[in-house]
Amino acid sequence: MTATDWTRRTAAELVDALAAGETTSVELTQAHLDRIAAVDGAVHAFLQVDTDGALAQASAADERRAAGSPASALDGVPIAVKDVLATKGLPTTCGSRILEGWVPPYDATVVARLRAAGLPILGKTNMDEFAMGSSTEHSAYGPTHNPWDLDRIPGGSGGGSAAAVAAFEAPLAIGTDTGGSIRQPGAVTGTVGVKPTYGGVSRYGLVALANSLDQAGPVTRTVLDSALLHELIGGHDPLDSTSIDQPLPALVEAARQGATGDLSGVRIGVVTELGGEGYQTGVLARFQESVDLMVKAGAEVVEVSCPSFVHALATYYLILPAEASSNLAKFDAMRYGLRVWPEGIENASAEEVMRATRDAGFGDEVKRRIILGTYALSSGYYDAYYGQAQKVRTLVTRDFEAAFAQADVLVSPTAPTTAFRLGEKVDDPLAMYLNDLATIPANLSGVPGISVPSGLAEEDGLPTGVQILAPVQADDRVYRVGAALETLLEQQWGGPLLAKAPTLDALRDGSSLASSGTGDQA
Amino acid sequence: MPESPRSITRDEVAHLADLARIDLSDAELDHLAPQLSVILESVAAIQGVAGDDIPPTSHPLPLSNVFRADEVVPSLTAEEALSGAPEAEQQRFSVPRILGDEQ
Amino acid sequence: MTETLLSFDDVLERYDPALGLEVHVELNTASKMFCGCATVFGAEPNTQVCPTCLGLPGAMPVVNRTAVESAIRIGLALNCSIAEWCRFARKNYFYPDMPKNFQTSQYDEPIAYDGWMDVTVPIDGGDDETFRVEIERAHMEEDTGKSTHVGTTGRIHGADYSLVDYNRAGIPLIEIVTKPIRGAGAKAPEVARAYVQQLRDLIVALGVSEARMDQGNLRADVNLSLSPKGSGTLGTRTETKNVNSFRSVERAVRFEMQRHAAILDGGGSILQETRHWHEDTGITTSGREKSDAEDYRYFPEPDLVPVAPSREWVEELRGTLPENPTARRARLQTEWGFSDLEMRDTVGAGALGLVEETIAAGAAPQAARKWWLGELARRANDTDTEIGALGVGPADVAAVQQLVDAGTINDKLARQVFEGLYAGEGTPEEIVAARGLAIVSDDSALGAAVDKAIVENPDVADKIRDGKVAAAGALIGAVMKEMRGQADAARVRELILEKLT
Repeated sequence: MTATDWTRRTAAELVDALAAGETTSVELTQAHLDRIAAVDGAVHAFLQVDTDGALAQASAADERRAAGSPASALDGVPIAVKDVLATKGLPTTCGSRILEGWVPPYDATVVARLRAAGLPILGKTNMDEFAMGSSTEHSAYGPTHNPWDLDRIPGGSGGGSAAAVAAFEAPLAIGTDTGGSIRQPGAVTGTVGVKPTYGGVSRYGLVALANSLDQAGPVTRTVLDSALLHELIGGHDPLDSTSIDQPLPALVEAARQGATGDLSGVRIGVVTELGGEGYQTGVLARFQESVDLMVKAGAEVVEVSCPSFVHALATYYLILPAEASSNLAKFDAMRYGLRVWPEGIENASAEEVMRATRDAGFGDEVKRRIILGTYALSSGYYDAYYGQAQKVRTLVTRDFEAAFAQADVLVSPTAPTTAFRLGEKVDDPLAMYLNDLATIPANLSGVPGISVPSGLAEEDGLPTGVQILAPVQADDRVYRVGAALETLLEQQWGGPLLAKAPTLDALRDGSSLASSGTGDQA
Repeated sequence: MPESPRSITRDEVAHLADLARIDLSDAELDHLAPQLSVILESVAAIQGVAGDDIPPTSHPLPLSNVFRADEVVPSLTAEEALSGAPEAEQQRFSVPRILGDEQ
Repeated sequence: MTETLLSFDDVLERYDPALGLEVHVELNTASKMFCGCATVFGAEPNTQVCPTCLGLPGAMPVVNRTAVESAIRIGLALNCSIAEWCRFARKNYFYPDMPKNFQTSQYDEPIAYDGWMDVTVPIDGGDDETFRVEIERAHMEEDTGKSTHVGTTGRIHGADYSLVDYNRAGIPLIEIVTKPIRGAGAKAPEVARAYVQQLRDLIVALGVSEARMDQGNLRADVNLSLSPKGSGTLGTRTETKNVNSFRSVERAVRFEMQRHAAILDGGGSILQETRHWHEDTGITTSGREKSDAEDYRYFPEPDLVPVAPSREWVEELRGTLPENPTARRARLQTEWGFSDLEMRDTVGAGALGLVEETIAAGAAPQAARKWWLGELARRANDTDTEIGALGVGPADVAAVQQLVDAGTINDKLARQVFEGLYAGEGTPEEIVAARGLAIVSDDSALGAAVDKAIVENPDVADKIRDGKVAAAGALIGAVMKEMRGQADAARVRELILEKLT
């Protein structure tokens, strides 16, 4: 390679290079677009690539920088956005047929902040339909492939964002996390993902899966990059009634402090219920190794018990479908999206068209959850299901409170296993749901969490992740401890974990897989 | 607790699909009903976990009284509003004939 | 289809009606309930819409503070308790007019609950009658869009397609629901009408809505059921939707009473259903059947946080209420201890406010009433003057009464003080002094007058000497005459008895 490969740089490094005049936003945006063209046929991280739009934004960023007035620290650094966030003028499908071709007339607040900060939007990333899934296989537009092994899942629902970052197609991406959809893909692709405190990042324009659980956040390759992005997209939004009207903690500062690798005085709680049975041997080994490293760096480790966490999965699978069944009612063929006329009915009624469209437009997993949620909310069952789940949610929160009285942060493996093979669990919903075992409690209680790569499982050579959780509004702690762990591990590995991933460069050299730029998106 | 873990019948799934306005085919009903039963039996395990004295959590954060001032902000243009419409006529959304009453 | 109806008199002979009224009030806020879109009536279609009120994927609601204030003020005006903490809920059902396919409403936590309104029902040839309507709740919700049906008939049924304008979607509504109104009997239709009419007056006085039924700012749904006379049970109800005038409310109740009774008399049972009111023909027709137990799958709206009005805020809003005339009358009657007749006369004389101010200035309620309805009402009548424009105000009346209470003057002398007041002779005290009206209770002055009276009425004096004490009144009268009414009557009596027994 003769020229600098800008795609291998972190966002923080790109910021420096832009500031130093070593490159331009147009150059590095183009480099990422080229990388997408080269590898995304095989990875299928993107549903939509906005080449013209991204280059136009890059050009504007270069003009601002030339004029000495960059719009933000990250002005000119390109980004990928999960297809669940509304982007004005750019199709937004949520991975569903029912929204095929829908072009929102407005921007989500997160997207508006990215645009205002000057980040060229490369495109929209693949996801499980309406964020329902842990593998991206429930996307109506075909699965995303894990860059570590193209036969394996990249996690989900935000597999597209994680794979885009892991495959060096984007330095930064936005994900959303309802039960682990940022953190679990991070773990299985060897990338960093952060679920901020609920209410810390605006949900306005985020197509809701489960409103009381959803949270948008950064998907990156380093902890510092996540902090930079988080500070940019976070903070109060008057358009989101559940948004916290207080300043964010100093996240970048926390990440820089953590990067020194010193954890003196930090109390780390290992959650008994988030480990052991059901967790892959190699995942547990890498987790123990991370804990040991943190102890060596001065942390004090305590074991904490959160007994209600064993009910978190069931609680989640009542609350989520209930909220989702109501959220997804709006997809009815009347105002936008797909309209399917039922076969064999003359002059069909609105109701008949709704039924036919919703049958044709939603995939199996979406239908499963809508029906489950309809059941959980229906009269006669509300108290036993939805009402009970809301109470267990209180118990989970109390467990967190008790645990955080003993420890500054809680740690666990992010996901119980490494990436499984595509197709392995696609029609076994319960097995699929178990992927979110460790990540769900944080969503139920609104606490922030990060997943940091913790190495490769010995048995399959695939990435694993460590999850670090902190109390509500103490997002700075996940950055401090996450950055410290990242530093300690990279010292041990001699570089980032992703350096060990397949380069996919073979695809660049004319492999048939590289022929299509953006996958099977219509 | 009101009831023990239970499965869900094919007829119940059909009724729920009707409430949710999804035209499930017979094949889909055959496929989904047993899966839903398994999921339901699994999630039903939380019944009885929390006693009557435990308050429900509907919002992860204890916020209240979030209001906006009664001020008009610009709307979308009619063109933007109708941009996604499957069909439009006379600056209105054109929808198939509506049967039944509003509730 | 022609309905069989029972004559109204026969209905009343055999059945007791129970009414229930649900009134939707469209608020006159500048912007919508959950977004900043304008609410101007008659705007071009789909020009007052945004991602939120169009239900676009991803959009979120934020509550309009003024709408909450209006809801609280309506609740207070209806004597409701205001929730310390309440939430919005989603009412899930599919309808093309409703962009999200759920209505953001309130379910088991309404912002206002348990109130009442006293409705005055005019009775032909008799006095007005007051009927207390209990209010179950008043809650906040949002309106739907409007569809136009295009096709051969122009109506919903048989239309080929519909066109929808969402300008109205999301406009704030307050739904006011009564408890079952029972015991109205023959007056049920009038009670229903009077309730809606007086509710409208109240809404207008509050300034929270244009409250025009013809424009749909105020929409009434009428629930009605019959039960066998004296059974005390509640029968199956029907809900007649969108009754769009006061007169129609009355007619719809009457029609449904007669229709129900005919069915019940024929051994049939009432179908729980929605009925449509037809203004032109004055009948209702069957709408949607309700027996299928609609399952709205309510749950707390997760995109909104609870509304927890502080008591300070509620009291501040209470301070902005115009007092309901009926409520005010009831309150004052209780405070003053007036009988119904005394109260009605006071109101009829237009003296309610004057009496209230006189009492506030220190007079006892009965005394205040007595002067205003007696001396002053007569004066107003004689001089053909408004009672409030006599040149004698509440403070003057209170001052006169104070002189009476102090024993400085008596009621008879007080009339002379009023004469002085009409003539502009100064304050009551000045008039008493200037006209020398103060009562004499000094024994030397009174003794001489008593002696004179005894001398001048020997036969009366003899009667008293013989033990007929009751005859003393004649001598007291003579003394009072001698003293021009300014004698202390009680002392005079004592002196007479001392001298003659």
